Amino acid sequence: MSGLMQEMGDRALRLGVPFSVQVDLTYRCNEQCVHCYLDHDDHGEMTTAEIKHLLKEMAEAGVFILTLSGGEIFMRKDFFEILEYARELTFCVKLKTNAVLIREAQAARLRDLGVESIQVSIYSHRPGVHDAITKVHGSLQRSIDAIRFLKSQGLKVVMANVLMTENMQDYHGVRALADELGCECTLDPTVTPMMDGDRSTLDLNAGESVLRALFRDEALVGNADEFCAPPPAPTEDSMNSVPCSAGHTACYVSPYGEFYPCVQFPLSCGNVRQQRFIDIWRDSEQLKEVRAIRLRDLSSCSQCAHGSSCTRCPGLAFMEGNMRGPSTADCEKSFARTGIPSKNLLAKKENASPARLVQIQLVPAITGSRLSGMDSAASAVA
Amino acid sequence: MSKKLYVARSPRIAARMLGEEMLVMSGQGSTLFTLNPTATVLWQAADGATPLDEIVERRICSEFEVNPEEALRDAEALAADLAKHGILLISEEPIASKLPVQEQNRP
Repeated sequence: MSGLMQEMGDRALRLGVPFSVQVDLTYRCNEQCVHCYLDHDDHGEMTTAEIKHLLKEMAEAGVFILTLSGGEIFMRKDFFEILEYARELTFCVKLKTNAVLIREAQAARLRDLGVESIQVSIYSHRPGVHDAITKVHGSLQRSIDAIRFLKSQGLKVVMANVLMTENMQDYHGVRALADELGCECTLDPTVTPMMDGDRSTLDLNAGESVLRALFRDEALVGNADEFCAPPPAPTEDSMNSVPCSAGHTACYVSPYGEFYPCVQFPLSCGNVRQQRFIDIWRDSEQLKEVRAIRLRDLSSCSQCAHGSSCTRCPGLAFMEGNMRGPSTADCEKSFARTGIPSKNLLAKKENASPARLVQIQLVPAITGSRLSGMDSAASAVA
Repeated sequence: MSKKLYVARSPRIAARMLGEEMLVMSGQGSTLFTLNPTATVLWQAADGATPLDEIVERRICSEFEVNPEEALRDAEALAADLAKHGILLISEEPIASKLPVQEQNRP
């Protein structure tokens, strides 16, 4: 983030302005990615008129950065009508897409409409790996063709690579592909639970050894010794800091009008079909609760060595059951980076040990009565 | 007598009022600018149809205590600078481009 953009973000925080908002136009998608957290069925998306009304309210509320995402945004037949209106309202528009439906004509239209950037999901430079993740044969080639069309129009393209078990060997290849195509590249090593709370996708997360290697890769992190250094002691300032921009200068609206602090923070704060955007932003009790939280209020994290340097996601913490609690995925990242376990991981280890011993003894040849007793013990710990 | 200049907001920019300043992002290289209150007035009035000297007389001299000739010189320099960054279009003829809607946001 540029210095001026950071300054504007700080000013928005002081003024209470929703500076940056993501609107998902649809959850429908033409890919079926193995790690996706969404339900792709259409349960009643906002109409074109409803979305335009929302955009008008958002402009009046002071929103500057508008990220249009999904699902796949080009699945909406009215996508360009929505985008054109957004640009008339002078939003800084960023798009997130798999780009499969972008050809020369769409790329030219995006240029004419002054889109700031287009983020394209690319999981591997190898078709077999990428297409196995998207479950669409030929999808990597389609996306790469689209990136070439976008670049030929002079547009800024960012490749977004989510690291998981399926593609954990390929991030260097994706970066090389990004360099070849003239794109920026981001790497996210976190697979999140599904919006409905289903945590089965978490099995796709790359393990600790992969994270450790990643955080030691100087092509990614610069000076690895500095990046992986033990965390500094929390200061008074850091204890009073806000955990992240969710609900403070940023928020998220789903295709059904539900208003959340962030796309990764499924705490419903209202619905823009029933209330004005600015009224939810200003008056939602849920948002007020999110905004009241400071690092010092976090029961475990405020006592943790990583407190001031952790990338703790309050949304992931919320999905674990407590928005003031730790986000274990971020604890694991802090541990992989520094070798120092977080307070949360230490507590989990202490609590988990007896249960694991019990589970080892559980296996098949146990009588019915003992099995039921063991199950109770294991689930109590879990 | 010098020719009249017409100025229009570029349709390629993103813009929003944030507090007292106008935040503008140029389509050229995603460069971010903030406009001070005087520049904001000029930018908001740049409709492609009103000559720059009229904008200065009606909008700037009426709102700020400035000498009209000096204000016009400053406005011409500012307009040239904004045009250099792709924020403003300048022409000696009226500019009939589709302009972004101006929102008076109320944070």
